Amino acid sequence: MKTPPLGRTPVTPPRSRSFLIDAAVSLVLLAIFFAIIATGRYWLGRPLPETNISHSISALPLYAFYSCVRIAVAYLLSLVFAISYGYIAAYNKRLEPWMIAVLDILQSIPVLSFLPGVMLAMMALIPGHQMGIELGSILLIFTGQVWNMAFSFYSSLKAIPREMIEATRINRFSPWQRFWQLELPSSAIGLIWNSIMSVAGGWFALIACETFPLGARNFRLPGLGSYLQAAAFSDPIDGHALGWGVATLVLIIVASDQLVWRPLIAWSDKFKIEQVESSRTITSPILTLLQRPSRVLALPGRALDAVSERIYQRLSHSEQCRVVHAMDDETRRKNMLVPGLAGFFAALFVFWGVLHAWQLVQSTTWHDLRTLLTAAGATYLRVNASLLIAALWTIPVGVAIGSNQKLAPLLQPVTQLIASIPASAFFPPMMLVFATIGMGLGWGSILLMLMGTQWYILFNVIAGAMSIPSDLKEAAMVYKFTRWQRWTRLILPGIFPYLVTGMVTASGGAWNASILAEYGLLGNRTFQTIGLGSQITAALANNNFAALLLATVLMAAIVVTTNRLLWRRLYRLAETRYKLEG
Amino acid sequence: MSETVFPNQEQASAPLQAANVIIRAEKVEKFYQQPSQNRIQVISATDLAVVPGEILALLGPSGSGKSTMLRMLSGLSKPTAGQVYWHDKPIDQAEINVSIVFQSFALFPWLTVLENVEAPLQARGVPADERRARSLKMLDTVGLDGFEAAYPKELSGGMRQRVGFARALVVEPEVLFMDEPFSALDVLTAENLRSELLELWSKKTMPTKAVFLVTHNIEEAVLLADRIIVLGRNPGHIRTDFRVQLAHPRDRKSDPFTQLVDYIYKVLTRPDDPASEAPGQHTAPQVRDQRQMHYQMLPHARPGGIAGLLELLIDKGGRDDIYRLADDLAFEVDDLLPIVDAAQLLGYLTVEEGDAVITSAGEEFANSEILRQKELFHDAALQHVLLLRQIRRALESKSDHSVPEEFFLDMLDEQFSEEECLHQMETAVAWGRYAELFDFDAGRRRFVLPDWNDEEPVHTEEVH
Repeated sequence: MKTPPLGRTPVTPPRSRSFLIDAAVSLVLLAIFFAIIATGRYWLGRPLPETNISHSISALPLYAFYSCVRIAVAYLLSLVFAISYGYIAAYNKRLEPWMIAVLDILQSIPVLSFLPGVMLAMMALIPGHQMGIELGSILLIFTGQVWNMAFSFYSSLKAIPREMIEATRINRFSPWQRFWQLELPSSAIGLIWNSIMSVAGGWFALIACETFPLGARNFRLPGLGSYLQAAAFSDPIDGHALGWGVATLVLIIVASDQLVWRPLIAWSDKFKIEQVESSRTITSPILTLLQRPSRVLALPGRALDAVSERIYQRLSHSEQCRVVHAMDDETRRKNMLVPGLAGFFAALFVFWGVLHAWQLVQSTTWHDLRTLLTAAGATYLRVNASLLIAALWTIPVGVAIGSNQKLAPLLQPVTQLIASIPASAFFPPMMLVFATIGMGLGWGSILLMLMGTQWYILFNVIAGAMSIPSDLKEAAMVYKFTRWQRWTRLILPGIFPYLVTGMVTASGGAWNASILAEYGLLGNRTFQTIGLGSQITAALANNNFAALLLATVLMAAIVVTTNRLLWRRLYRLAETRYKLEG
Repeated sequence: MSETVFPNQEQASAPLQAANVIIRAEKVEKFYQQPSQNRIQVISATDLAVVPGEILALLGPSGSGKSTMLRMLSGLSKPTAGQVYWHDKPIDQAEINVSIVFQSFALFPWLTVLENVEAPLQARGVPADERRARSLKMLDTVGLDGFEAAYPKELSGGMRQRVGFARALVVEPEVLFMDEPFSALDVLTAENLRSELLELWSKKTMPTKAVFLVTHNIEEAVLLADRIIVLGRNPGHIRTDFRVQLAHPRDRKSDPFTQLVDYIYKVLTRPDDPASEAPGQHTAPQVRDQRQMHYQMLPHARPGGIAGLLELLIDKGGRDDIYRLADDLAFEVDDLLPIVDAAQLLGYLTVEEGDAVITSAGEEFANSEILRQKELFHDAALQHVLLLRQIRRALESKSDHSVPEEFFLDMLDEQFSEEECLHQMETAVAWGRYAELFDFDAGRRRFVLPDWNDEEPVHTEEVH
């Protein structure tokens, strides 16, 4: 009966090695500690909305640090919010459709549209410290990061296999235990991938979140985004500073990819619910390093254990843990007081907002409206053009890479990395190039949009091509498919679900990019073209809140409608007809 | 009073000692609400009891609601009607102690084997040391000593199900539920696990008092169970319930074993026939077919039409194609079919490959003169039509020999729509009148026995 154990036997490294890891980790923790103190001091200082951005390179590390702090804090806030929102939406049948609809709409509103509301609110909340302005900027980044994570958590919750939920019910898990042992782990993979995308989105919007006009003032927060903008806006353009700034940005992205994301992705393999060993395992040397037994790294685990024991013992006496509650019991009246109150206040808030908004737009004329609609049409055409062009080249290239067994595992992470590098950092130099060669921004902005979004389609197509089962490919070979047949019968249908995902992400990214691609401040000049993105940015620059509101509503309406009419249908098609059953 | 109306019930065996029953389901039903406002009945009103000391197997084809039944009995699902009791307390208020072993193992892939087994103990607030000790001991019992730190992904299917068993048994449940636990395993592993389960059970290594097994594998049920309940579907209902009195270890090739398997096979493949008695029952069989009240749908045909069809068939030599018959009569086939169905119901013809073939009874009927036809119809109707039989019995047993129509409409209502109920009643009245089974007072809407004084004795059965 006893067979030799198949599990991994942990190898204890020699003492000296583990000491090195302990030392390294302690140093990192110390650095983080000091960083928190420094940031705290800065935040509690006097509010300084219009700092002078230095052009010297020596200021770069500090600026980079500030930007990283902002993005990190925004990310943590997004994580907490996304989990809470997704949890409530998944388990409350009555609120669910509303919450998802709201998510849909908010996801299609560009970051800049939130700017006035968020900034004014935060500055009013904390007037005496820099923290107010910082929080405003952080919340702005937050609005660009949180929606897709909320959606991912929500859909992971709904996708948990039924028998696992039944196992937790029959064993009377408390909601706390169910969250830590079932719900969070099963959503880990989705959350990690979406976090990567969110943080990338944060970097993309950084320039707009650190340097912006509001009211009578021009806000400039110390950070990498302001640095880049200042370098691009100076007359003549400070190419030296711009180059170093972009290099720093790329360095940070690469570092975070190797030190944070890659280990997380490798670790997330543990959370796969399908019980089949996956053929392509992403390795990360950092992860293997951290997984070696180390005294320092074990400390937090031990402390948590002691606390969690107490929690479990306390919880075991609660009613949830003593009686098995039926899963389909619809007669149990849930406590509707809190959701009811929340709904009431939300409705009140919405009513107040609509009233205000109505007052605001009273001043617009038909002429304005017509301009907006033309602008919307222009941007719409640009977005679609960029999607088409991107698809035209990424599909063949992606399929070629994905089908190549050796190239694929190498190039796929590289494309992911490139997708994370914010293209917005390159917009100023590119706009300059356009100006020099005489290409109008109307066409140039399509190229800019492409730069930002084509990588999403590429790496999704690579993933799709890698996942076409080999027996289908063999069948195509045996039956001597022509090239046309191979493409129309095997490849395109095979990559269809991945293609749709890539296109949706790229489409959203293109709309977001339009804000920065259609309007640029460069060398003391303003470049702009007819488009909804430029309408929004210009409206902000000119404090025309009415136009901002209208343009935002228009953009949100177009995106949500395209979502419902086009992308949802394609998703359904992908899930039914084009799903490759394992 | 109502007892005598219903057909004979098989004598139930010795009444279950109420104090001993662990889980009792009383008239539980399950409906699922469709988005189109239709309610689909998955399980019809069923009684079931889980008593200590036995392995109970629920056997049935797919769609018979066995998994739903398991979930209702374990408290995971709330019955739409009826109530489930745990030691005589409603199950949603009692602190029950049960476990489930799932078909797909339902292990958490991100926890080690040990952590998976410890999780239920964690939920019960057992301190860490005791938890670990108990889990390790249980893993040893199921034969997984040494695998504590492994992840489920690294284990084979059989080993994963062993972890499932360990997790289920570590809490020492009073009733162990198993939902097709061996279907996802290969034959040899499944066999291995079955015998280990029996060993754990017979040696009383587990303090479990009862085991409830859901399966679609007949041999598995006969191998393991002390009592087998066979479910039918549309909607789910109990077709037969009997004890297996073979001694362990059971030999698959032995005669009693194969006889039981054959019997169950027959029951499962003839869903419309009432189940006969199971072989090898030493005590009075507990054949409680809970579908006794099944009314067949009366085809809407008049006795005259039936007679006419049979006469026509004889003309054609006793056998003819139904479509040709319809043509000859200038009928639509749809109009002819109810008459064919009615004649078939009464045993006067059979349908073989699209042809209607007259039987000897049918020949006799067709060739008799009118009064004799009525007699024959009378016998055939009583024999084959439940509703008419019930009406007749009710009339006979009542002192005033009259029963209101409402009474039978109520019973038909459970099965048919309102409109159909009325239609069925119409046809039944027409047949009953023709056969002189009863009379129907259309004004007062009551059935009455025909007046005996001015009729020749038709049949010796009715006696005041």
